Amino acid sequence: MASQINKGIGTLSKFIIRRDRIRIPLWLVGISFFTFIVPISFTELYGSQEQRDTLAQTMENPAMTAMLGPADLSNYTIGVMTAHEMLLFTAMAVGLMSILLVTRHTRGDEENGRIEMIRSLRIGRLSYLNATLLVYSLTNILLALIVGFGLYGFQIESMDLEGSLLYGVTLGTTGLFFAGVTAFFGQLSESSRGTIGLSIGFLLVAYIVRAVGDVGNEALSWISPFGWITKTQIYDENNWWPMALMLVVSMILFIVANYLNSNRDLEAGLLPSKPGRNSASVFLQSTIGLSFRLQRTAILSWAIGMFVLGVTYGSILGDIDSFFEGNDVLEQLFGSEEGNSVTTQFVSMIIMVMAILATVSPVMTVNKLYGEEKKGRIEHILGRAVSRTRLMGSFLVISIINGFVMISLAAIGLWLAGVSTMEEPYQFGTIYGWGIIYYPAMLVMISVAVLLIGIRPKITSINWMYIVYSFFVLYMGGLFQLPEWLSKLTPFGHIPQIQLEDMTWLPILILVTIAIALTMVGFIGYNRRDIGR
Amino acid sequence: MSVLQVSELTKRFGKFTALNGINLEVREGEVFGFIGPNGAGKSTTIRILLGILKATAGEAKIFGKDAWADAVEIHKRISYVPGDVNLWPNLTGGEVIDLFVKLRGGNNTNRREELIKRFDLDPSKKCRTYSKGNRQKVALVAAFSSDADLYILDEPTSGLDPLMEQVFQQCVMEQKQSGKSILLSSHILSEVEKLCDRVGIIRQGKIIETGTLSELRHLTRINLLVKTKEQITDLHVLKGIHEIDEREGVLSFQVDTEELDVVMKHISQFGVVKLESTPPTLEDLFMRHYEGKAGAGGRS
Ligand SMILES: Nc1ncnc2c1ncn2[C@@H]1O[C@H](COP(=O)(O)OP(=O)(O)OP(=O)(O)O)[C@@H](O)[C@H]1O
Ligand SMILES: [Mg+2]
Repeated sequence: MASQINKGIGTLSKFIIRRDRIRIPLWLVGISFFTFIVPISFTELYGSQEQRDTLAQTMENPAMTAMLGPADLSNYTIGVMTAHEMLLFTAMAVGLMSILLVTRHTRGDEENGRIEMIRSLRIGRLSYLNATLLVYSLTNILLALIVGFGLYGFQIESMDLEGSLLYGVTLGTTGLFFAGVTAFFGQLSESSRGTIGLSIGFLLVAYIVRAVGDVGNEALSWISPFGWITKTQIYDENNWWPMALMLVVSMILFIVANYLNSNRDLEAGLLPSKPGRNSASVFLQSTIGLSFRLQRTAILSWAIGMFVLGVTYGSILGDIDSFFEGNDVLEQLFGSEEGNSVTTQFVSMIIMVMAILATVSPVMTVNKLYGEEKKGRIEHILGRAVSRTRLMGSFLVISIINGFVMISLAAIGLWLAGVSTMEEPYQFGTIYGWGIIYYPAMLVMISVAVLLIGIRPKITSINWMYIVYSFFVLYMGGLFQLPEWLSKLTPFGHIPQIQLEDMTWLPILILVTIAIALTMVGFIGYNRRDIGR
Repeated sequence: MSVLQVSELTKRFGKFTALNGINLEVREGEVFGFIGPNGAGKSTTIRILLGILKATAGEAKIFGKDAWADAVEIHKRISYVPGDVNLWPNLTGGEVIDLFVKLRGGNNTNRREELIKRFDLDPSKKCRTYSKGNRQKVALVAAFSSDADLYILDEPTSGLDPLMEQVFQQCVMEQKQSGKSILLSSHILSEVEKLCDRVGIIRQGKIIETGTLSELRHLTRINLLVKTKEQITDLHVLKGIHEIDEREGVLSFQVDTEELDVVMKHISQFGVVKLESTPPTLEDLFMRHYEGKAGAGGRS
């Protein structure tokens, strides 16, 4: 029985490896390269213990703990520093890798009817799921080995073999864990979009829960897998047990996914679909209505997510404020320009991160237009009395509103929670203004998506790399002392820092002009090209 | 009066030539059958007619307007059913039908209800749960509930059961009777034979034959069943005889129409007891065209 149910797992595994023979190496190389470059550049930039101690001092506050997790700042070696600054983010990237790849082979293939063909062969009921899990378990083990021995291989003084291996194992285990999470959500949701959405949502919530936990509420950081990651204290205490815990939970997730998979019909989710409306409501009678309706759930989930993100960060503003209050020395150290408290600096950093995150949902909205094309559904619409301009315009309108709502909700959440925790809270207008000023940069990102769909739809994913680049350059640029011009390559780098300096309208105008121009080129291209599969 | 006119239409996908200078015409009030083997270029032609693909060269006109430039104007007066009907999994069939009718710019709820009943469709189900045939019904109901002057149907019945196939044929006949024109691409030859006034055969991106069914038949063979008093001799030496077969004294064979006279004269010498002739089925025509002129296609 057991062997029947997993029959053909070896063949299927080879098949999956064959299909992902580019993707897997690309992810592995990308993540390892990123991991290796960090300690190397740290030895360049922060070579002396003095330099590192100065940096450590700036880390010693709740704001930084919220972002990076705790670390032994009195022992800020290159190793500790690398783990502190990079481990969480790299782990998130590994989680993302597992989510995208596992979804592709579970719900993705099922949705496209490919699993149906495979199941009709001499293949066991659970083989495809387990072949997928097997391949990505191996991928993550490989990642652990590469990173572990790789880091040790650079022979950096504070990076010993045990710590390096633990670093690799932490990343690998995180990958396993998210493979399990995705396999689990893949059973609940009926679509690959839903699976990715739920899994990424889980990842972000886990990160935020850890942030709140690390700052004030120890118990909270215990329920988040990212809390376990920061508890490893690599290159310092080298705790292995959090990873053992994570491994066990991953195995449980694998088993649960298997159980759910064997107890449901193909192409069904566990959340059953109920009969719906006999006729379309007034909202679903236009292309705008359709483009909204198709993404209603996704937009709503993101909206809630952005608000919660704002509230979460807002809720630690009070802690940060009281930490620095009355401590003039610290104030002087961090409040680089007069009148700007550390809290303000933290808030402006948070708002920038939120603005970049708020861009994801509107860009997805525009990209949906191409997704529909690939699924062969655009023909129905263009075959009726709908022009391409109107069709693309409908998705663009929803996207523009979407972006506005996202950044607004994040700012409102931040302000609301700030009011209730701070002694001297910010004015609503202040916080909201700091947030909404990023809107022109978001519009540029949206227009890039329009441009790509209009002229080169096959490479729409470049825009995601652009967003990741923006995040990396602006968020870590200071730490890595990157040259200024790198941050000028992203629209977010041109937004005036109104919390520090006076408002200047010129960059805003230029950004809006660029956005309009790119959008127009995108529309022209879309009106000219073949609509295909 | 022609409703749809295609002249010297060429479409290339990169280096591959999918359509190589095709000419087509659909006249007002007629049902035009568009047939050809898989990959011949039927759907490609139809997509160009809908302004979804852009022609590399040549012209495609509907109602005298350019299929690419005036697409929206044209679409107000046409109805389209694609070959693979992909629908949104989280919308119901009813929602999709309404949306489609609305996007075309019409509204005829009576027709909608009537058609839903005739096609036996449950409009409250999510499209995710529909079978292939049911998805096709959704597209058909949407297409026939709007008042169009031209219907463009790309293999609309490939998933329908025989009963539904009949309902479909009725719908087409009704439209034809009220003077509408229909372009019907299909692999189901009996359907084409029953519905179509004229037929165009496409193969490897080239139209190899167009005309009414009787014109096409004229060009080809006729099936004969003959019983004679004496054994017929020397049949195979005659020109234009194919597929001779004898069963219980009855001889069956095919004759090229232009040789019929000579053959009949020859046969009558042997004392005809029984003679049956049947026109070639579309299938016969089809097979001949599909197999016959291999290598004469339009691939570059
Ligand atoms: N976007 C495309 N890129 C490249 N080649 C294409 C594209 N679309 C169609 N083709 C090719 O053009 C040819 C004609 O395809 P088309 O879909 O028009 O055939 P068809 O006559 O509709 O066939 P079927 O009866 O199978 O539906 C095929 O060889 C197909 O592979
Ligand atoms: Mg076709």
